[in-house]
Amino acid sequence: MWDYSDKVKEYFFNPRNAGALVDANAVGEVGSLSCGDALKLMLKVNPATDIIEEAKFQTFGCGSAIASSSALTELIIGKTISEARKLTNQDIADFLDGLPPEKMHCSVMGQEALHAAVAAYTGEALDEDDHEEGALICKCFGVDAGMIERAIRTNKLTTLEMVTFYTKAGGGCNSCREPLEELLADVNKAMVAEGTIAAAEAYVFGSAPKPARKKAQGFVIPDQPPAPKPPAQPSAPVQIAMPTPAPAAVALAEAPVAAPAAASALTPAKEAILVARLIEEMRPTFRADGGDVELVDMEGALVLVSLTGACSGCQLAAQTLGGIQQKISQALGRSVRVMPVAKS
Amino acid sequence: MTTPIYLDNNATTRVFPDVVEAMLPYFTEQFGNASSIHAFGSEVGGALRQARRSLQALIGAEFDHEIIFTSGGTESNNTALRSALQVQQGRNEVITSAVEHPAILSLCDWLEKHEGVVVHRIPVDRQGRLDIDAYRAALSDRVAVVSFMWANNETGTIFPVDGLAEMAHAHGALFHTDAVQAVGKVPIDLKTTEIDMLSLSSHKLHGPKGLGALYLRKGTRFRALLRGGHQERGRRAGTENAPAIIGLGRAAELALTSMAEDNLRMAALRDRLEQGLVQQIGHCFVTGDPLDRLPNTTTVAFEFIEGEAILLKLNAAGIAASSGSACTSGSLEPSHVLRAMDIPFTAAHGAIRFSLSRETTEAEIDRVLEVMPDIIAGLRQMSPFWSEEGARPDGFAPAYA
Ligand SMILES: Cc1ncc(COP(=O)(O)O)c(C=O)c1O
Repeated sequence: MWDYSDKVKEYFFNPRNAGALVDANAVGEVGSLSCGDALKLMLKVNPATDIIEEAKFQTFGCGSAIASSSALTELIIGKTISEARKLTNQDIADFLDGLPPEKMHCSVMGQEALHAAVAAYTGEALDEDDHEEGALICKCFGVDAGMIERAIRTNKLTTLEMVTFYTKAGGGCNSCREPLEELLADVNKAMVAEGTIAAAEAYVFGSAPKPARKKAQGFVIPDQPPAPKPPAQPSAPVQIAMPTPAPAAVALAEAPVAAPAAASALTPAKEAILVARLIEEMRPTFRADGGDVELVDMEGALVLVSLTGACSGCQLAAQTLGGIQQKISQALGRSVRVMPVAKS
Repeated sequence: MTTPIYLDNNATTRVFPDVVEAMLPYFTEQFGNASSIHAFGSEVGGALRQARRSLQALIGAEFDHEIIFTSGGTESNNTALRSALQVQQGRNEVITSAVEHPAILSLCDWLEKHEGVVVHRIPVDRQGRLDIDAYRAALSDRVAVVSFMWANNETGTIFPVDGLAEMAHAHGALFHTDAVQAVGKVPIDLKTTEIDMLSLSSHKLHGPKGLGALYLRKGTRFRALLRGGHQERGRRAGTENAPAIIGLGRAAELALTSMAEDNLRMAALRDRLEQGLVQQIGHCFVTGDPLDRLPNTTTVAFEFIEGEAILLKLNAAGIAASSGSACTSGSLEPSHVLRAMDIPFTAAHGAIRFSLSRETTEAEIDRVLEVMPDIIAGLRQMSPFWSEEGARPDGFAPAYA
């Protein structure tokens, strides 16, 4: 059975605001019976203040779908329409203390229903439905087949490495390599048939060289003051660094190494050293959770790191990568992209 | 809370205490390798022979060497199909059904996609019965092997495998059956059939996990999947998992002794469960072939709600069952078996499988009947496809089951 947080269980077994709202003046309906998910969100918005005074839901779906729907209503009651529309699916997941990666689509459904309801209230047209689709390929980062196919098509990707760079799929435990190879080969084949790529470029199943493994290039970390001790970890093993707000353990802004003002003048070597030190200082946080992070390489705007630890933590890691990315971008004074790579 | 009620015996079963007891000495005193010449090994060898004979009796094999121990149903299935394709030179087609276990279907997908094998997936009707005409049409002298399951793991529907085997032989094809759900639950007498290969798995009949067997009719040509030592007469290399084999032997004896009366009792309890659910709860129906199915299995589809939600509530009430729902598997598609049976999405998502064992009691079934109506009503209350007056007017008309 799924590893649901206590909060998910609580909101499934004792859902708040379940049922029909008779005098709703904004209704959003998403999902369908065929995909096993459907949510009807009903809002009562005060037209004078634009404040959502009441919200109720009806959901066809699994435990986390019901919990996400209920969480959504709790999050938006009392908010104005413009405040509510800023809500993301991550907010719903965070409110529930996280969802299993396979279940993140439940929070997406919540966000979509909210957008639909807001659109119904304001009378705007809805963006195209970008509901996730297809089998979940990469469990570490929760990437499904539909999303990978889109990335392959729009960017004309023909190597596994690039697929990982664009979608993160395969960047964690790499156990999805086989389905990923199959998908890439299939999509490329279709693209050749459609004439969007040349046959010679197309990826053929099984033709990949060894997984592109980046060898560490031996960054020398100059003497540094002892890393500030992270505050004692709370006993709950989950919840390490969420991107915002950065908890103290990862908040390195005050750390002696960070010198954002001067950063733009750094040579590539100095940048690399700075990045290596930033990452070095984050390691205790990862280790406290049984994992680890290491700098593997830096190429232009790409910072390649290797993440280790239980794969169940990967979703967490994905969120944390955002945090690392922010720190590094800040310290270097330019934006970088942190990518996980497999380590030999 | 009362003691938990386990109704997920098609997933796996409790290892009987008797079985554990039979196994224990072979972890400790009798740890020898059966292939060794010394005394440590020879005693193990004797126990393995006995276990093989017990299993032989359960499936009615003519010879005990027709049994090859493997690591489970999955390995047996993979071995059987690959071997058949190799020994049937010049034939590169496989016939199977649309409702097989993934241990057959995903192997077939692979063979089709990467090894140039042509796969025919024979459809089933709304009660899960095989389309014999489609099977007949697919048969030809290009077919290397036909593989149909004996009993379906989700609905319990039984395929008439002995007849299907004869049809395969008429075209020179080998016949394999995945009998993982049937062995120990229905009488099997292989020597009176034309079945060439049969897969079984120990943990479905109160034996230990990680052990299975492939029955290979004497004289059937064979290519090993695993090569190495000479164990299992060179047909499956690797030191035997002696404790597990001995456990399976004991489990087979137990199953054979009480099968007749167990089946009557289980079928009566299953019927009580089905009737109780259908009578008390509207908009639900039993899936599968009512006339020919396993005595222990029932899958009931509840409309307008989703299976995982039902399972979570059942679990909270101390009842373990399973679902063909998409959400428990992580994909968005509901059970391929129910979809192949053309069960509407509205119901396929809310299908719950209860699988009983020899240990299931009437009190346990009654407890399920006690809690289910409230669980279903509560979830329907929350469903957008359900209104106070009941289902939407265009609700379904179950023409089947
Ligand atoms: C019909 C069928 N075939 C094969 C298997 C796989 O058996 P095992 O778990 O021993 O590999 C199962 C078990 O789920 C099954 O129900």
